[in-house]
Amino acid sequence: MMVFTIAGRELRHLFLSPLAWCVLAIIQFIIAWMFLVQVDNFLKYAPTLAGMASAPGVTDAVAAPIFSTASVVMLLVVPIMSMRLIAEERRSGTLSLLLSAPVSMTEIVLGKYLGLLIFLLIMLGLITLMPLSLAIGTHLDYGKLFAGVLGLALVVGAFAAAGLFMSTLTKQPVVAAVSSFGLLLLLWIISWAGSGDARFSPTFHYLSLLDHYASLLRGSFNTTDVLYYVLFIITFLVLSIRRLDAYRLQH
Amino acid sequence: MSNNDLLVKVENLYRYYDDHCAVQNLNCELRKGEILGFLGPNGAGKSTTMQILSGNLAPSAGQILINGVDILDEPKRAKANIGYLPEQPPLYVDLTVDEYLTYCAALNRLPRSKLQAARDLAKERCGLKDMGHKLIGNLSKGYRQRVGIAQAIIHSPAVVILDEPTVGLDPIQIREIRALIVELGQEHGVILSTHILPEVQTVCSRVQIIHKGRLVFNDTLTGLTQRMQSTSLVLACRQTPEQAVIKTLPGVHDVQPLDSHHLRVHFNADNNPAEIVAAEVLKRGWGLLELTPEHKSLEQIFVDLTTADETGGATAVQERAA
Repeated sequence: MMVFTIAGRELRHLFLSPLAWCVLAIIQFIIAWMFLVQVDNFLKYAPTLAGMASAPGVTDAVAAPIFSTASVVMLLVVPIMSMRLIAEERRSGTLSLLLSAPVSMTEIVLGKYLGLLIFLLIMLGLITLMPLSLAIGTHLDYGKLFAGVLGLALVVGAFAAAGLFMSTLTKQPVVAAVSSFGLLLLLWIISWAGSGDARFSPTFHYLSLLDHYASLLRGSFNTTDVLYYVLFIITFLVLSIRRLDAYRLQH
Repeated sequence: MSNNDLLVKVENLYRYYDDHCAVQNLNCELRKGEILGFLGPNGAGKSTTMQILSGNLAPSAGQILINGVDILDEPKRAKANIGYLPEQPPLYVDLTVDEYLTYCAALNRLPRSKLQAARDLAKERCGLKDMGHKLIGNLSKGYRQRVGIAQAIIHSPAVVILDEPTVGLDPIQIREIRALIVELGQEHGVILSTHILPEVQTVCSRVQIIHKGRLVFNDTLTGLTQRMQSTSLVLACRQTPEQAVIKTLPGVHDVQPLDSHHLRVHFNADNNPAEIVAAEVLKRGWGLLELTPEHKSLEQIFVDLTTADETGGATAVQERAA
């Protein structure tokens, strides 16, 4: 399978550079810091919470904020990881290796996407280990935890697809990073607009990456939300394929 | 059908960049065992043509058949028969030679069991045997070029396309790469672009000269050498020399009047009649002013075709091609 060959090479490339290791280490440190702060807070308020009727459990108090923070961190990290996918290959001329090999544009795009996605899922797995470690001492709500992990995986997948598309638009990796960050941030906060206007508000809310994620973090698994991310990913992958195809036609 | 060994067939190829026409009505053919040299000054459209042939660029118009398969209709099948080395070798500097070549072989859909054998063969042919564990980023330019060629031949494609493969190499490396190209030409069809004339003379079996996106010369190397060998003399006299007289002299092949005082005397390379012509002119008292030998080098043909008045050059070639 060509997709896996390309994905494997992409993954290798990431781990051959210090960038991937560096990103993994820093993200792990920051999320661990957040995790400790959340656990500390929870322990401080635990006696008060114990007296309340419908108090938030440890999963709500610790895991949900961790995933919420992680998504914001990913907003910064994914554009940096995705910027070189196509842009760098175009700049260094290595794209012609793929273009003159018997490989379709779809395979190239899917391979590149999969390679990055696997890296991001490794990062996600390491983050998930932290709330999961609480299971040693307490009881966790695995349903909510799973919804959170799924939500973050979908968000990260969507970021990566948008980042990949931006990377096909330019030869400059940094330009790709900045523009995908801009696009993602806009889609993140788009629901802030039109909050007073009843006509547009639902549209903006539907478009927002954040709103769909928030409902998954609350533990409510909604097909609409999952479908939103799937559609988002497919759209940007198709756009990337089209863009790569068009690259042969013009200059 | 006698088209069996026709590896590449390009018909009426056009390529525009906006309004600028980079390739204009280009036709070419490549058969098995041939090394075709694309020659042209900078910006003539060589690289564009090669990019189109390798499927990296789409043509604006025209048809390209690789081994009988249309590259636009069935790109995957057509590209499986192509090995392409662009001007800048597409190398991943963070991989070792072995890793890189294995990846290239896998990209070209070689089965897993054959990867290593293919890689070793390509390395051996390109003189990279001891380089397997070195990082490509640490290799010299010459070795990088070899890795680039190894990448192009790893799946033993029917057609190997090399864009200026000897640029930036030292003379010894150039000789080695040329020897490699000649060797490749025995089993594959090779298309080679260059602006180095001796390279074409040593390596290619057929030459096409491109200028401003148009084909201005298309002949075999033997045809080209003949053209260079059929040397001539220019004879200038005070009086009008008689053509018929000169033509009957031994060794003279043909006589062509330039104006009333000048004649061009064609002769065969191995038999220079300058002495006899001079003696004859003196005997007849035409007043010998000048007797200059004319050598046509490849450079001259090249310059004639690419500079001079374009229309004249182009028609001359069309006549010849027809």
